[in-house]
This record gives sequence, structure tokens and C-alpha cells, in this order.
Amino acid sequence: MSNFTKEDIQYYANFARIDMPDAEAEKFATRLDTLLEFSDRLKELDTTNVEPMTHPLAIVNVLREDTPEDILDRDEMLKSVEDHEDGLIKVPNILD
Amino acid sequence: MNFETIVGLEVHVELKTDTKIFSPAPAHFGAAPNMNIHPTDLAYPGTLPTMNKQAIDFGMKASMALNCDVARVMNFDRKHYFYPDNPKAYQVSQDDRPVGANGWIEIEVDGYKKKIRIERVHLEEDAGKLTHSENGYSLVDLNRQGTPLIEIVTEADIRTPNEAYAFLEKLKAIIQYTGVSDVRMEEGSLRCDANISLRPFGQEEFGTKTELKNLNSFNFVRRGIANEVERQEKLLLSGEKIVQQTRRYDEATGQTVLMRIKGSANDYRFINDPDLPEIVIDEDWIERVRAEIPELPDARKNRYVNELDLPAYDAHVLTLTKEMSDFFDETVKAGADAKLASNWLMGGVSEYLNAEGKELKETPITPAGLASLVKLISDGTISSKIAKKVFKELAENGGDAAVIVKEKGLVQISDEGTLRKVIGEILDANEQSIEDYKNGKDRAVGFLVGQVMKATKGQANPPLVNKLLLDEISKR
Repeated sequence: MSNFTKEDIQYYANFARIDMPDAEAEKFATRLDTLLEFSDRLKELDTTNVEPMTHPLAIVNVLREDTPEDILDRDEMLKSVEDHEDGLIKVPNILD
Repeated sequence: MNFETIVGLEVHVELKTDTKIFSPAPAHFGAAPNMNIHPTDLAYPGTLPTMNKQAIDFGMKASMALNCDVARVMNFDRKHYFYPDNPKAYQVSQDDRPVGANGWIEIEVDGYKKKIRIERVHLEEDAGKLTHSENGYSLVDLNRQGTPLIEIVTEADIRTPNEAYAFLEKLKAIIQYTGVSDVRMEEGSLRCDANISLRPFGQEEFGTKTELKNLNSFNFVRRGIANEVERQEKLLLSGEKIVQQTRRYDEATGQTVLMRIKGSANDYRFINDPDLPEIVIDEDWIERVRAEIPELPDARKNRYVNELDLPAYDAHVLTLTKEMSDFFDETVKAGADAKLASNWLMGGVSEYLNAEGKELKETPITPAGLASLVKLISDGTISSKIAKKVFKELAENGGDAAVIVKEKGLVQISDEGTLRKVIGEILDANEQSIEDYKNGKDRAVGFLVGQVMKATKGQANPPLVNKLLLDEISKR
């Protein structure tokens, strides 16, 4: 059982740079609680002898040879950015 | 109160693959901005990353060379963060199942040997490069996005700045020998962060650590750690607490500067990458990769000391790079005396390379050429003075020392008759010096030897000249 608070939602929204007003955060907190209550039912299963799963498909070793192939045309790529200069993408200065 | 320094290092090494780790875009240093990008690097809708087999081989090879256990099953995880150097908003890395774990390397520093344990080696992708401009903007080049890296994390076993330096020197040599990376700090293919804390001697528990970044050379790592230790010591002695934070080494002042306070801001929300299936590594794969690892620096060092009777210092210097060590091996194989070959490589050859700013492979010098020079010195055909002249010719135009000596008439004169004749002439012309010598001025002999050498254009055998000169003087 988990109880999300409005602050939790805003904390995570901040990581993704999503603007999250109070009213919306509260709404999501309740919804997430419902979701987690649902998924918590999985905990009732006994998984003692089950290997951890990292991928839904039973495939392994999907590998590629180290050979270069066609890449993006820079001018095409730069069409999808807001601003650029001398082939470089221009973004607001974000101090970490 | 005395404090013990505790340091752990995190070293990022760029792997020398032709393409990126999850996309077929070329992965090379120095391309024009944003020219080496595949839609997968940007996680465009509908793209699917596929693992570069060579990158796994390289990760395994480095892990083995660092004495790690290699994973039998591993997977990739997404580490989420939001920053313009990575348009995907997550870095693909390895969280709980890294390619290598529980390794170590041995260092030798300040007269003692010590094992530094390696906690893990994991594969991951590099991010793009940001240049901060003055006018409130940053410029992004995503060429580096997706370049394969290994991150090598040590246990907190390092106790002095010198140990950190020795560890990096050794790590660099080992990785360079395996050929998985150029390990050039100046090109960013080797990067190092240091975690530093202090604790009173005898205390079990670690103190609060700070992370030090922007260490752009091994010397800066050494100085940065020393400086950070000093800063923490002052704080602790004045009763203050260390705050967990990231600091930057400032090359201009040699000080460390606060970058950011670490807190709950780091919440990477790791998940298994659902686009990348598990990698299962079997015995055959491991053996194939193991067979590709060449003889490593320590093994060579031991061989040089035990089989070739070289001093430990020579063995250390010669094995710092594979290029130098290979060159030495081939020179000895071509018949050169090991100690003489070592002297030349550490002396004349290195001086020449430093002065010219070149690497061995950029010169026409060959192991056979150097061996021929060393052989001429060993058998007394040329003096060491003439050898320097011959070497200059070898370094500039290559070739065989014996041929150069013959063509230029540089063979050492060891014929007694010829030398006695020259000495006689010199003595006739310098009677005052003979007088001086007989009056106890030993220096006069040096002058006379110099005159003989000059008259023979440096080709006379110096010890023989000395001997014959004294003999001739005694006759007068």
C-alpha cells in the first residue's frame, strides 16, 4: 500500500520538467494510489522460485556487428530543434 | 588529530569501436558537430537500439585484464536524468548486473606494493558535449551521444594522492595494452572523478565524502585530491562538518570549488531497458575474448627483470605503453643487448621523441635499425659519441646503422699504430701540456685527449687514446 502525496507527484514531475499545479498533482496522487493498489496484488504471488525477468520476450543476445550505416542528415535533424548555430543545437543555459 | 585519507575513483574510458554502442552511427573523435548521429541516438519514435557486439567484447576484455569476474548474464538499465547533453532523457547503463565485478590491480608507489580493488566495470553510453557560451546559451554537439564507455569503479582503497596517480598510470597502461581504448585524457577518452573523505585513524566508519570533478590530467588528480584533503582537514579541525557535495578542480588556482550540493536531487529512477534483451555470455565467448588479450604490463615487467636482467626502473618505464614495450621486445629479438637497448629507448630515443613531439610510430626508426646501432656500440665499432650522430641519421631517415657508419666513414679507430701516429703529432705540437702534466696538472691529459679526438673527428676509441697517450708521454 502506498500513499502518494501532492509533493511526491511534484517532486517527480520536476525531474521531467513537467509543470504540475497543485490541483493536478492531487488528482494524480489519488490515481497513482489506485494504480499501485492494483499492482500491489502481484505481491500476493509466491515468486520464491521464479528468476527475475528483465525483458518480456524470451530472446537473448540480439547483437549487431560493428559496421557503420547511414546516419541522419544534419540539416534534416536540425529542422526539429528550436534554434541552432554553426551546426550546434542552441539551448538555454542550464546550470546543473 | 590525525586523519586517514580515503579515496575511491570512478574512471570513464571510451571504447575504440567503429560505431556507437546501440546504433550504427560512426563513433569517432573529431568529426564536425552533429554529423555522427543516428535516429536511435536521439530515441526518435519507432527506433530500436541494438547492441554492438564489439563493445561487449571490449568491455569483457577490459574486465578480464583488470582481474574481474565476467558476467554470465547481464542486462542494460535506463538511468533517468533531464539535461540537454542527452535528448533521450535517460542514459543506458548497467545497474545491478555489470559486465565485470570484483577485480583488482596492483600498484607500486613510494617503495611499496598494494592491491587496489575494483568494485565493478560496467558498459554504458556517453552523452553529447555541451559548450556554455557567454550570452546565456549552451551549444550542443551530439556526436558523442551513444559512444560506448566503460566505467571503472574502485573500492575506497586509495590512501594517498600518489596512490591515485599510480593507479591511473597502471590502469591506463593495462587498458592501452588490451587495445580497447586510446585512453587519451586530452581527447576525453579517459576521464576521472574522485570521491574523497577523511576519518580519524582507527575509526572504522567512513566520513562524509565529496566528489571531485574536472580532473583533466593525472597530475591534476594528484593535486586535486591533496588540495581537497587539506580543505576537509581544516574544516574538521575547526569543528565543522563536511557537506556531501560535488566540487570542481580549478586548474588556475589549484583549489577545489563547489559545484553543487548533493541531496535528493539525484533520483535516477533506474529501470531495466525494455528495448534491450539480456546478454548471455557462455564459456566459448569468454575464452575467445581471453585469447585476444596480449601479455600485460606486469607480466612483461617481470620478464624484463627476471629474464633480461633489467633494473626494475627500466622495466617500469619501458612497459608504460605497449608501443614502447613492443619496440623494445623487437629490438632485443633483432640481436641488441637488452640493457643497451633499454638505455637508448629511455635516453636518446625518448629525448628525440619529446623534442620533436612525436610518437615512435611517427618516426622512421625501426627496431632493426636501433638494434644495428646498439650492436655497433657493443662490439666497439663506434664510440658512444659517434652513436649519437648515427642515431640522428636513423631518427631522421631510418635505415641500418651499419650502413650509415660505413657510408659516412664513422668507424671507430682502434688501431694502435694509427692512433700512436696521431698522438705523436699532437704531443709534438703541445709540449707545454706535457710539461704541465709532468708538473702534476692532470687536467692537461684531458686537453690532449680532446685534441686527439678532434684530429680524428671523434672517431678515435677514447679509452684506448687515454691509455696510449699516457704511454707516449712517459716515453718523452
